Amino acid sequence: MAHIVPVKTNAMTLGTLIVLTVITVYTAKYVDLGQFNLTLAMFIATCKALTVFLWFMHLKYDGNQNRAIIFSTLGFLALFIGFSALDLFTR
Amino acid sequence: MSTAKVDRRVAHSHHFDSMEQEHESGKQGVWLFMATEIMMFGGLFVGYFIYRMKYPEAWVEGGSLLSWKLGALNTLVLLFSSFTMAQAVTETMKGENKKALNLVMITTLCAFAFMVVKYFEYSGKIHHGLFPGLDIWDPSAVQNEGTRLFLLFYFLMTGLHGFHILVGVGLMFWLMKRLKNDEFSPKYYTAVEGVGLYWHIVDIIWIYLFPLMYLI
Repeated sequence: MAHIVPVKTNAMTLGTLIVLTVITVYTAKYVDLGQFNLTLAMFIATCKALTVFLWFMHLKYDGNQNRAIIFSTLGFLALFIGFSALDLFTR
Repeated sequence: MSTAKVDRRVAHSHHFDSMEQEHESGKQGVWLFMATEIMMFGGLFVGYFIYRMKYPEAWVEGGSLLSWKLGALNTLVLLFSSFTMAQAVTETMKGENKKALNLVMITTLCAFAFMVVKYFEYSGKIHHGLFPGLDIWDPSAVQNEGTRLFLLFYFLMTGLHGFHILVGVGLMFWLMKRLKNDEFSPKYYTAVEGVGLYWHIVDIIWIYLFPLMYLI
């Protein structure tokens, strides 16, 4: 059960996160996409969050119970955000 | 504590079947706690989006009041501290408590560095009358009335996040004490992994806060 993550994997995870941070700053500061900038930033942030969940928090190696806990939580959060957005956009 | 104290490095507590079951149960408890953390910050993020839609120009002005360079610096500090924390879990699982101790120490130093940057950011805002409360607010400091609301979200969300960093520092000191006393083993490292999970969630929240507050 216990999977020891090697230092190389942790370092590569950190590298991925730093690259994604640079992309976040670059696209937000120097690429004008109008309204789409927010969507793009949230998309990159979600990629980063998934990277942390899977590798730093070991969900990749963990059992399905803990995956179910966190992904159902994120699902409920998506419902919360989605229905709030529906309400706001249809007023 | 109890009269018959077990050595948790080699044996499980009496109300569990095995060391592995005890570890998995403890870890699952931390994951459930992380779920509540996500929901708590989730509500604040929804509030942020609702008022962002209502006052778009105030959100643009508010973002321009913050230094994205300091925000980016703090992002890198937290990402690096997540790496050292993950590596501390790895070393504890290998039985290298001394190495893990050093890594937790670096993580703690990163947390302090983060709070020092935050201190300069906050004191700058307060100095310019940009704190939305406590008679500090200076209406002439901003163009849009809604910017006050943006700053309310900024202080509330980064403040709650900063509080989590400070709680994390407390947990790190607890880990350092236990690592120093050699209390963990390759079969018992639940506390290190649990604090690690907490620290990574705090990092994930900042991953969203950074672009939303500083960049767009």
